[in-house]
Amino acid sequence: MTWADNIGAALRGLNANKLRSSLTVLGILIGVAAVILLVAVGNGSSQAVQNKIKLLGTNTITIVNRGRFGRGPSTTGTQTQASTITAADVAQLEDPTQAPDILTVSPVITASETADYQAASTSVTVTGTTPTYMGAEDYQLEAGQQITSADVTNHALVVVIGQDLVTNLYEPGTNPIGTDISFGATQFQVVGVLANKGSSSGEDLNDVALVPYTAAEDQLTGYATSFTELIVQATSSKTVNAAENEASDILASDNHTSVADLPFTLINESSLLSTSASTNETFTVLLGAVAAISLLVGGIGIMNIMLVTVTERTREIGIRKAIGAPRGAILGQFLTEAVMLSLLGGIAGVTIGLIGSRFRIVGVKPVVAPTSIIEAFFVAVAIGVFFGFYPANRAASLRPIDALRHE
Amino acid sequence: MTYLGNGQAPLLPSELSAPDGSAPAEQRTAPVIALRQITKTYRLGEVEVQALRGVSLVIERGEFVAIMGASGSGKSTLMNIIGLLDIPSHGRYWLDDVDVRNLDELALSRVRNRKIGFVFQSFNLIPRTTALANVELPLIYAGVKSKERRQRSEAALEQVGMTDRMHHLPNEMSGGQQQRVAVARAIVTNPSLILADEPTGNLDSRSSEDVMAVFADLYAAGRTVVLITHEADIAQYAERVVRVRDGLILSDERMVDATLARPSLGSAP
Repeated sequence: MTWADNIGAALRGLNANKLRSSLTVLGILIGVAAVILLVAVGNGSSQAVQNKIKLLGTNTITIVNRGRFGRGPSTTGTQTQASTITAADVAQLEDPTQAPDILTVSPVITASETADYQAASTSVTVTGTTPTYMGAEDYQLEAGQQITSADVTNHALVVVIGQDLVTNLYEPGTNPIGTDISFGATQFQVVGVLANKGSSSGEDLNDVALVPYTAAEDQLTGYATSFTELIVQATSSKTVNAAENEASDILASDNHTSVADLPFTLINESSLLSTSASTNETFTVLLGAVAAISLLVGGIGIMNIMLVTVTERTREIGIRKAIGAPRGAILGQFLTEAVMLSLLGGIAGVTIGLIGSRFRIVGVKPVVAPTSIIEAFFVAVAIGVFFGFYPANRAASLRPIDALRHE
Repeated sequence: MTYLGNGQAPLLPSELSAPDGSAPAEQRTAPVIALRQITKTYRLGEVEVQALRGVSLVIERGEFVAIMGASGSGKSTLMNIIGLLDIPSHGRYWLDDVDVRNLDELALSRVRNRKIGFVFQSFNLIPRTTALANVELPLIYAGVKSKERRQRSEAALEQVGMTDRMHHLPNEMSGGQQQRVAVARAIVTNPSLILADEPTGNLDSRSSEDVMAVFADLYAAGRTVVLITHEADIAQYAERVVRVRDGLILSDERMVDATLARPSLGSAP
């Protein structure tokens, strides 16, 4: 008996009960499509997080006074905390002997201001900082130059503006470099323009204007002993955690306290995001598991139908055995039928899964994992073999005389 | 791939010998069937039923034997044992000089396939499968290639006069036609023995005559035919009638008139 004979016989058998066969195929179809789709959805949301990590730069730590968590624009420094981040802290953190894993430390003072240029006006978050800030936060210059150390020392009234200011204040085609923008009463000269950075979790990364922190203290926030936050850049993405520990140790000894009682919060962006990425992975595995259960249920459907089929066709099995079908031929015939069901379900499921993953699902753009297609398909076929084997073996083990007597 | 494994060659006349490699059957004088003191005991719950109480029977090549008996006489049990569908409780059975006691399941299915052609009372064609495909089925299990399979099946169908119904499904044929297809299926492997269990039991008298004419032709062509029946007029087609009652052979006689009747049967339409 060749495979062609076998497949022909199996197709005839399935064709004899079209509705029953297609419902069984549907069970496997749903399972396979669910595995592919749900894994794609999980994958899509993980990938969104991964993209966010790339966008933010992975090797920075943000240090803020406790009670202010997050990166939102701050109001002018009304610090009620006794402990503050001071220039002395910055100097210690920058010391390579005390903190070998810290590359740069950028103090940050932020202020919300109204920016005016000629008749145009817009609100903007002004960031007073040092030259290292741009590198730490992964800003690129589009034109002009960045703030220099000399600008910081000289309290120079210069500004590097983000894309939002360019579009909101300037006529298209105007070169902002060399023009003067006023924040409140003070005029700052535009020396550079930042490249477009996109947005992250609803925060517009282009809504920015960088000035020397000394100038910000002089003109915008008034002189304060504390910075709004510090951006600490580690030497590499692998040393972020070491840099975080060094920073907290230094700050703790400066403030004569323990690391646990530190009045600052150290926000390690990359660890936050990798936590969220691993949460996402768990989520993906869970989704896949739920889908796999439906595949399993589909397999039980195959077994159920095959048991019914074997019972219905007991007499046929008896005839076949009487005319000399060996055990293996009967086993092969019914196993082929079961595998055919799962194969059809697998093919249809992959098709439906691929079509479905072209649409946005619960706000996530699904990213199909090729391995999930291959796995789901082969698991479906394996399920056909596994759940088909018992009924097929039952058919093959029937004694011809009993099978022939079956009514 | 063939289920007979090891690239077993398709059925050839020279292979119709015993699996032990003894000489081809045609050259032997050994009987097709030799039963010695066969008993069969069934258990029906608490009760033991002795269906056969010691049957000894020898059927030579080319014989047309009718086994007659009322229902419950044990004739069906005898037929199942002869057809290797059932195993005796005691006693020995040689089919073509091979002691079937020594055969395993795979060998038994092979012997059923190659040495025995079954014809059943209820035709037992595979449903939703054409006459031709039904006849091809034993050859599929024998591992015959599709081209040869088709030629031999068509020849067998021609022999029973069913060439024009070759592509019909069983439910598109009358009982007599179905039974003739079943006979074609039984002879397609060129078996040593054609075993028919009440082949006319479900047929009207006209169809019965058609089917019996086919058996008479097979006998005339030198085939060994064993027919199980309870109808005396059907048994008359045979040259030898074995009567069974209560699990024992009651009589075993040669019908002289059967040989006389044969020429007229041979010319029957």
